[in-house]
Amino acid sequence: MKAIKQTGLVLFLLGLAIFIGTIFTGSFSLKQAELDTFLKEQNYKSEVIGEALQKAVVTTNDLNIFQFSNAVRNAYAASNNHYDNLIKKYDAEKNWDEKGKQFQYKISGKPHSLSFSLAKSAGKGPAPDSTGLMWFLTFGLAIIGALMYIVPDVILLGKPGIKNNGVFLNAATNRGWIGWFAFIFLVTFYILLYFFPDYIVNWVYLVDPISKSISGNPASQWFLYGFLYCTVMSVMAVRMYIKYRHNKYQILRTTSVLFFQIVFAFLIPEILVRFEKPWYDFKNAFPLDYDFFFKWNLEELLASGAFGLFILVWGVVLTIIVVPVMVYFFGKRWYCSWVCGCGGLAETLGDPYRQLSSKTLLSWRVERIIIHSVLIFVLVMTGFALYTFFSGEGQVLGIKTQTIQDIYGFLIGSIFAGVIGTGFYPIFGNRVWCRFGCPLAAYLGFVQRFKSRFRITTNGGQCISCGNCSTYCEQGIDVRAYAQKGENIVRSSCVGCGVCSAVCPRGVLKLENGPEEGRINPTDVLLGNDVDLMDLVNKK
Amino acid sequence: MEHIVIIGNGISGVTAARHIRKLSDKKITIISSETEYFFSRTALMYVYMGHMTFEHTQPYENWFWKKNRIELKKAFVKTVETENKTLHFADGDSLTYDKLIIATGSKPNKFGWPGQDLDGVMGMYHKQDLENLEKYAPNNKVCKRAVIVGGGLIGIEMAEMLHSRHIPVTFLVRENSFWNGVLPEGESNMINREILSSGIDLRLSTNLKEIVADENGNVKSVIIDETGEELPCNVVGLTAGVAPNIDFLRDSGIEIGRGVKVNRYLETNVEDVYAIGDCAEQHEGIDQRRPIEAVWYTGRMMGETLAQTICDNKTQYKPGHWFNSAKFIDIEYQTYGWVWAQAKDHESRFYWEHEDGKKCIHINYDKTTREFIGINNFGIRMRHEFFDKVLNEKRTVDYVLEHLADANFDPEFYKLHEKEIVAKFNQENNTNIQLKKKSWKRIFSKA
Ligand SMILES: Cc1cc2nc3c(=O)[nH]c(=O)nc-3n(C[C@H](O)[C@H](O)[C@H](O)COP(=O)(O)OP(=O)(O)OC[C@H]3O[C@@H](n4cnc5c(N)ncnc54)[C@H](O)[C@@H]3O)c2cc1C
Ligand code: SF4
Ligand code: SF4
Repeated sequence: MKAIKQTGLVLFLLGLAIFIGTIFTGSFSLKQAELDTFLKEQNYKSEVIGEALQKAVVTTNDLNIFQFSNAVRNAYAASNNHYDNLIKKYDAEKNWDEKGKQFQYKISGKPHSLSFSLAKSAGKGPAPDSTGLMWFLTFGLAIIGALMYIVPDVILLGKPGIKNNGVFLNAATNRGWIGWFAFIFLVTFYILLYFFPDYIVNWVYLVDPISKSISGNPASQWFLYGFLYCTVMSVMAVRMYIKYRHNKYQILRTTSVLFFQIVFAFLIPEILVRFEKPWYDFKNAFPLDYDFFFKWNLEELLASGAFGLFILVWGVVLTIIVVPVMVYFFGKRWYCSWVCGCGGLAETLGDPYRQLSSKTLLSWRVERIIIHSVLIFVLVMTGFALYTFFSGEGQVLGIKTQTIQDIYGFLIGSIFAGVIGTGFYPIFGNRVWCRFGCPLAAYLGFVQRFKSRFRITTNGGQCISCGNCSTYCEQGIDVRAYAQKGENIVRSSCVGCGVCSAVCPRGVLKLENGPEEGRINPTDVLLGNDVDLMDLVNKK
Repeated sequence: MEHIVIIGNGISGVTAARHIRKLSDKKITIISSETEYFFSRTALMYVYMGHMTFEHTQPYENWFWKKNRIELKKAFVKTVETENKTLHFADGDSLTYDKLIIATGSKPNKFGWPGQDLDGVMGMYHKQDLENLEKYAPNNKVCKRAVIVGGGLIGIEMAEMLHSRHIPVTFLVRENSFWNGVLPEGESNMINREILSSGIDLRLSTNLKEIVADENGNVKSVIIDETGEELPCNVVGLTAGVAPNIDFLRDSGIEIGRGVKVNRYLETNVEDVYAIGDCAEQHEGIDQRRPIEAVWYTGRMMGETLAQTICDNKTQYKPGHWFNSAKFIDIEYQTYGWVWAQAKDHESRFYWEHEDGKKCIHINYDKTTREFIGINNFGIRMRHEFFDKVLNEKRTVDYVLEHLADANFDPEFYKLHEKEIVAKFNQENNTNIQLKKKSWKRIFSKA
């Protein structure tokens, strides 16, 4: 068994190494005809971009992706510079007419994204040419290796039950060197994904056939991300199934998030695209889905006929009615731990890191400040977006809606939700995003705290203050602080993962939905002591 | 300002301090020689097993004490002079008090076995024991085998601890079945099986004769009394129960028996001196309880009660219905009310065991009145509130079985066995009890 596990680890690391190595493979160049097709598709007005790109990429030199990206970005920069200079020139000449005309020639878009689309048709090498083989050597090996590493735990972990042995003795899970490596890897991955997609174009090639078979289109970096997301979740879900095989709540919950991720977040949107409908994830509720009310999205939906209208209505109903009503009956867990994709990744890939979330009072304060700021941010931004949509004005009070949207997209959408939200798992615990950043979680939290039937019941006086519950709460809730007072846990941030209840060695905690009355029950003297004393102290 | 001094920063001392602070403005000092801050002794095992770090066992953050104006002093109290209300510390320092609370807990029993003080022999009670274990049994290369002597709750925890680091463990138990002074036969057998199937070498009806040293004064082996067998090992865990940790009080004039003798107000024979927690001994056991109850809950309840008395609301210690819990490797155990190892004359028993042999319940009730007396549940969680109410209201066994769904406290979606249980009871007792659906209204209605 141990041997299988170790072989698995080797295979996994090999797959990972090849995966990383793939970035550096292949050569990138275009034939003149290919460039012409590309230019035609893009329909640029610029008169110099064609020549600039030709010089940059129609070459017999072997450019690797970094050189290629550099050349392409320079070409675009040269074209834009050219017109910028003209603008300056006409500006100096006060030739407003000519100046105004120049703007149409400028090419917008992020340089690395422009370079990505060109790179997508310029690659030669193992990833684009022997895609199947390379897929196997990367994804294939890593999946097989990971499963070989995980599955023997059925026997190695011993009988079903809570087996957190060695969690804090292991460098992977106690912020040791392996944790830091995982942190660097994840952060780098997200930075590449969000900001340098062209550098990972070889990875995108690997999933092209899969994308084509689902949506009919070649893959984008977002398809790659979606596929990777589902793969990682599936493999790590196997780990959850084994680890919590004695706990039906965990098994069902894991199955549910996996289902919603694969079907709702991945397959349905891609299939919609195949039928020329807008890409839409039906479970992704505003304000997590922060660009739902952006002008471009509303316009796209309105342009998609009855189906678009349906999505629009559903999106609004989901946020305003479905979400809070469900939270009232079941707590925010129905979304955060049973449906949501971010939660899904946190509960599978992130599960080995749950014990690293900080439980201090200070971190609770910080959490409340940050998450509510994000909520306010998203609401203000949406206000701006709607105003812009209805009035047609690009500005409100002198602030450009576009600027706010860009800032949010960059700071919250990319850096917080991605780079920090997932990249920091190995250091700050899983659910960094859900705990500190997610505006939807903040909204659900209000409902859960003030109007819900959900609570974690504390079992009378049975708590021995051991601290397992607090340690393993991914949301950094000091569960013990409540349990040792005999008090139910009613906290806006609780995502109802149920792990505190699972790890409690004394059977003290139970997640349940019941009448609102008596849900919050502050106590001083616990059940089991003198009845008169309890009455005296607790009634005060 | 009145100065309350508490010796011992365990659950009893700390609970008393917290409640005194809530009720008053008195000056409070807690003394302990073990650690600076309160930690949960019950969680020591999880630190060694790597489930938690030591910091995680501390229920309050370090700023808590200052904020609540509870002074902490790390020192060992050598003697208590009650005439002039002064404590003398091992380092020569001294401290005066107006009221003294003795909450010094327990220490592991040692029964004079030859070799019991060798290096590598240890109990499992204090933080220092944990550090010792880490030193002598960091892994299975340094410690090739460990022998645990004494089959109680701490013994099985220590066996599980060592086992988690893949150290072979032999577990010597004097009784012919695990903890059968407390557990009835069915439950005790179940735990025997659990221990054996985990790969721990359980030896029942087996006593320790002596511990043998190697040339450096380290443990080399143990010799078993019955067979004379010599078992090579590097660590010996002595877990044959605990006794009050009160040697420093011998000449203080405070009355002691096995523990510090207290009345129902937790007062000792000396005015302004109280004792709570593991170290306190009632003149007579309360209800069916023992005079010394070395459990977490008792310490806490005494602390809650004594704080009232100290703050001018003289209150008797009147613990409610007995309850307790433990975990035997993977099997959780809870108990409410009394289920003795042997049924008493007026008692009748009902035992149900799941076919997988890892879950059971055992109900004790009065033969004639059918009044419910207690339940042991293994592998199934039960609601404390439910049984507390049942006991308060003196309900019958039939009532309990009818409402078993209200009592269940397992996580959602767990397989429930109530139907099976009730069916078995009906069959054995020729009754026709119908299981009622779970009712939130009943669960939350106050008595
Ligand atoms: C491994 C283990 C597991 C346990 N598990 C459970 C369980 O699951 N459920 C349960 O109910 N109970 C359990 N117990 C028992 C429970 O921990 C004790 O009943 C409880 O901790 C006693 O609390 P206390 O406050 O009376 O004393 P303690 O916690 O022992 O605190 C007394 C403190 O006083 C200090 N002290 C003693 N003498 C002096 C002195 N002269 N000067 C200065 N300081 C001194 C000691 O060093 C100690 O720090 C367990 C015990 C152990 C050891
Ligand atoms: S309190 Fe419990 S259920 Fe809620 S998030 Fe924390 S561990 Fe999960
Ligand atoms: S895990 Fe259970 S016993 Fe331990 S502190 Fe939490 S609620 Fe209490």
